[in-house]
Formats: sequence, C-alpha cells, structure tokens
Amino acid sequence: MADGTSVPIDAIATRRAPARRANAMQRFARRRSTIALLLALPLILLIAGLVVYPAIYAIYLSMLNKRMTHFVGLGNFAFLLKRHTFQLVIFQSCFFAVSAVILKAIIGFILAHLMHNIPSRNQRIWRGLLLVPWVIPLAMSTLGWWWLFDPSYSAFNWILNALGFQSVPWLGETWIARLCVVAVNVWFGTPFFMIMYLAALKSVPDQLYEAAAIDGAGAVQKLFFVTLPMMRNIIAITVLFSLIVTFADFDIVRILTAGGPQDTTHLFATYAFVVGIQSGDIPLGASVSLFMLPILAIAAFFVLRGVNRRSKEIAA
Amino acid sequence: MSSATTTANAVAATRRRHTRSLASQRRWALYGSYAALVVFVIMFLIPPFYTVMTSLKTSAEISAQSGNPWFAHNPTLSNFIELIEMPDFQYFFMNSVMITVVTVVVSMVISVMAAFSLARMGFWGSSTLATGVFLTYLVPASLLFIPLFQILGFLGLINNVWCLALVYPTLAVPFCTWIMIGYFSSIPKELDEAALIDGAGYVQMLLKIFIPVAMPGIIAATIFAFTVSWGAFLYPMAYLYSMDQMVLTVGIISDLVRGDVFQWGKIMAASVLAAAPPVIIYAFLMDYYIAGLTSGATKG
Repeated sequence: MADGTSVPIDAIATRRAPARRANAMQRFARRRSTIALLLALPLILLIAGLVVYPAIYAIYLSMLNKRMTHFVGLGNFAFLLKRHTFQLVIFQSCFFAVSAVILKAIIGFILAHLMHNIPSRNQRIWRGLLLVPWVIPLAMSTLGWWWLFDPSYSAFNWILNALGFQSVPWLGETWIARLCVVAVNVWFGTPFFMIMYLAALKSVPDQLYEAAAIDGAGAVQKLFFVTLPMMRNIIAITVLFSLIVTFADFDIVRILTAGGPQDTTHLFATYAFVVGIQSGDIPLGASVSLFMLPILAIAAFFVLRGVNRRSKEIAA
Repeated sequence: MSSATTTANAVAATRRRHTRSLASQRRWALYGSYAALVVFVIMFLIPPFYTVMTSLKTSAEISAQSGNPWFAHNPTLSNFIELIEMPDFQYFFMNSVMITVVTVVVSMVISVMAAFSLARMGFWGSSTLATGVFLTYLVPASLLFIPLFQILGFLGLINNVWCLALVYPTLAVPFCTWIMIGYFSSIPKELDEAALIDGAGYVQMLLKIFIPVAMPGIIAATIFAFTVSWGAFLYPMAYLYSMDQMVLTVGIISDLVRGDVFQWGKIMAASVLAAAPPVIIYAFLMDYYIAGLTSGATKG
C-alpha cells in the first residue's frame, strides 16, 4: 500500500535510458516523496499538535499540584486511589463498559441473524428503522431518555401504574440508575454491532453451510463450527472497539444522572469533567482521565492486531 | 412393544417431520424473525417517538398529567414556532451549522490529501504513519479534553465557538483518512499508470482520477465528519459557557434547563430539530455510509 506506482514506472524508465537518466530518476523519486510528505503534512501537524502533544501534556499536568506551581510526582494518582468516590468510579466504569458491551454484542448478534433470515429486498427498510437510535446525536436522544425517566412525569411509570405496579425511581437509586445508564448505552450502541455483524454474516460463503448440512450439522453446530469461527475476527474487532468507546463514554451519564445519586454512576470521563473543569483542579482531572489509558492501550493493541490480520486475510 | 419398534417409529416420524417441514420450518423461521424484528423496532423507537409526541404538547398539557402521556391529545406546533423565534436557539443553530461546515471541509481536505499520499505515493515512515492514524482514531475525546482545555486557554479560545473548529477535526480526520486509504488502495494501479503516461502530475491524478473514482468513500467519510461534528458533546460542554457561543447539543441543555423549571415541550422540540439534519442525511445516504463503515473496519 505504501509505494504503489514506483516499481513499474521506475522499471520502464531504467530500461529506456540506463545510466544517463539515473540522476533525473533520483530527483524524480525525491520529488515524489516530497510531494507525498507535503500532502500528508496537515495530517501530521494535526495529530502531532492536537493529539500527541495534548496526550504528553496530560501526563505532565497530572504530576502537578492543584495550582500547578510545583511537581508532585504520582501524588495525584495515589490521592485518587485512596478516595472512596474514585474507587466507585473505577468500579462503575468497568461495570458499565463490560455489561454494556456484552449486551450490545449479544443483542447485535441476534439482530444480525434476524436480519440475515429475512429476504434481502426487505432488509433495507428494517435496517433503516433499527439504525435510528444510532443516527440521532447521542446527546439529543439521551435527553429523550431523561424525560422518560423523569421522577414525576415518567411515562414508563405511567405504564407501570396502569398495570398496577408502584412507580420506580429510575434515576434516584444507585443500582436502578446504573442499570438505566447501561440500558441507554445498549440502546444507542446495538445498531452498530448489528451492521458490523450483518456484514460479516454476509461474507460467510454459503458452501460452508451446505457442506456442514451434508455432514449432518444442526443449527447449533452450524453456529459454533461455521458462523462463529468465520466471524471471530470481526467480533473481536467490534467488541474491543466498542469497549474503548463505551469505557470513555461521557454524554449519557453527564445528561442522565450527572454522576448522581451520591456520585455512584460517575464514569472516568464525567468524573474528570467534574473534577477538572467544574471544580477547576486541572491536574487532578487529568489524572482521572489518564486512569483510562492502560485499558485503552491494551484494547487498542488487540484491535490493531485484529485489523492487520483481517487485511492480510483479505489480501490472501 | 419392543424398544426396536418404538425407535423405528420414532426415526420414521422424525424423518417424515423433517421432509414435510423443511419448507414450513423455513416459513416459520421467517415469521419468527419478522415478529422478533417488530419487537426490537418498537423498543428502539420508543424514545424518539415519545420525544416527538412531547414536542407536540403544550406545557399545560404536560403538567396536567391527565390521561395517556404517550400521545399528544391536542397536537400543536407552538413549541417549534417559539423555538425558531428564540434568538438563543438561532445562535445555537447557526453556530452548529458554521462549525460543522468548516469541520467537514477542513477534515475532508486533510484526510483526502493524506490518504492519497499514504495509499499511493509513500515516503519514509508512511506505513507507520498509517498505523498511527488508526491508533489516533482509537484515542477518545475524554482522554484529551483537559489538556486541550489548557492549550485552548493559552490560545485565548476558551468560550469562543471557533475553538471547536480547531479541535473537531481531531475527531473526524483519523477515521476519514482510514476510510479513504481503503478506497484509494482498491483503485487499480493501471489507472494511475495510464494517467502518468498521459503526462498527469500527482495533483492532477488525485483530482481527476482518484476523487471521482472514490466518490462513495468520500461520501461515507463526509457523513462521518458531519455526524461527529454535529453531535459532539464533550468539547462544547467543556469549552463554551456563554449563550451566543454555544452549539445545539449543549445549548439546548444549558438554556432550556434552568433550575427546577424544565420546559419539556421546548426541550423535546429542540432535540427534534437538532436530530433532524443527521436523520435526513442518513435517510438518503445510509448505504454509502454503511459500506464505508464496514469496509473501514475490515480492510486496510
């Protein structure tokens, strides 16, 4: 992918005029890579200036005291780990990300199969309907959920009351609120899993299923011995990618609960926002969000490996 | 009586059932799939449906709490009309449009040029850079918003809507570049050889061949850039605080939610208006976007 045209053109040129043109050819090659570098320069500047530099700067910031006057080493991290609120943040972030990703993966897998079952001429309209949660900007749809969970006007409670049940304090109690936050994330993220898995399902050759059927495989065996192995890589990429995005989620918790009740639904991102921006302790906020780094780095490593393996498979 | 006959009967029965029912089994699987899809679609559409319904109610109807809240009994557009006449809402909408247009244009120019360079021309370290671009895509905004707050502070851009035009491209460019690398790599090399033989330069080759041929990819990447900059929430939430500088996503929440008086009808109408542009774009261009997205994650 890196140096596409160079080989054939250089070869042609060499055959025509071997020694005399060598100099010109060198210049040509130099000019070609110069143009290439110039074309990529805005991208390099953007990544260096607004991603790499801030990331390094965050590490530096996290080692300062609140007024940013002197260096405290890992003091902020130690301070955070001792605080009960932050221990809750770590727990809630992991609970939120893991449970939401598992649910999204399972529901997305089921939906992809349902979509795969129906005739392809009908798939477009159903896919369009199922993608609606994912198309609406998350901040806007979370507002709708917030209104559905409203303590005094909740439309869910109206249904419960009509069926003879008690009203539920959706966002008022720790575990109910935690589950509500997960539910909104699952609602938003499942369509993405569905389209990824549907694309993967469509790429499994029919012959494999026919061969399995001839060998007497049932539906369950086809699922475990044909579908899942063929989709393994895509499943891994999608799950890990979603793990990163879910782990770093901000919008849902910020709008729905703002971390409450009693800071029990805070994620790293929302807690970093409260500490760093709202309370103005920039170094501590930077340390909070840096706690995400190890998990993100591990997930990113495996995503990259999966994607590389996938492109080799396709190339082969 | 013997077990042999019962097994034989059972085997015959299953075989009969098997042959008879293959077609009807398929049909039932189909009906079952449709039924399950209907259930899922209803669950998925409840919040948008309720949002639209609430936006059509007056404040009086909402606070009266009489009757079924799931339907607007006297639907009215007054919320929408009041919103459109509200100066703050006009600021939000114009700011959102402005920032989105600038972000989309800047991101697409940067990523198309870079993708062409990385996919076709190459220079020292270009394949490392391609990997780096993908890794950058995996860096979430919530990791960088605090250092960026400091950096924007030095630049004097805090509480200036244009700071978003500076930071949004970091959200859009990596994935757009990645999609475009995929599309550009799939263009046959013969095309650019032919162009080179005809005397085209690299820039001409990009403009006259690569961009037209990779148009589906460009549409997909443009939609991605649009979605990201229209819906971003964390950056405007952290960097903007006066009403005339806000964009839609944060403006609606900060302006209409004040104290304990929530104007729910207007909030919901505003989120309908804010969600409309992406929904309309997806309604027409969904296929391009999905093709770009699924290929973006599966090929390099």
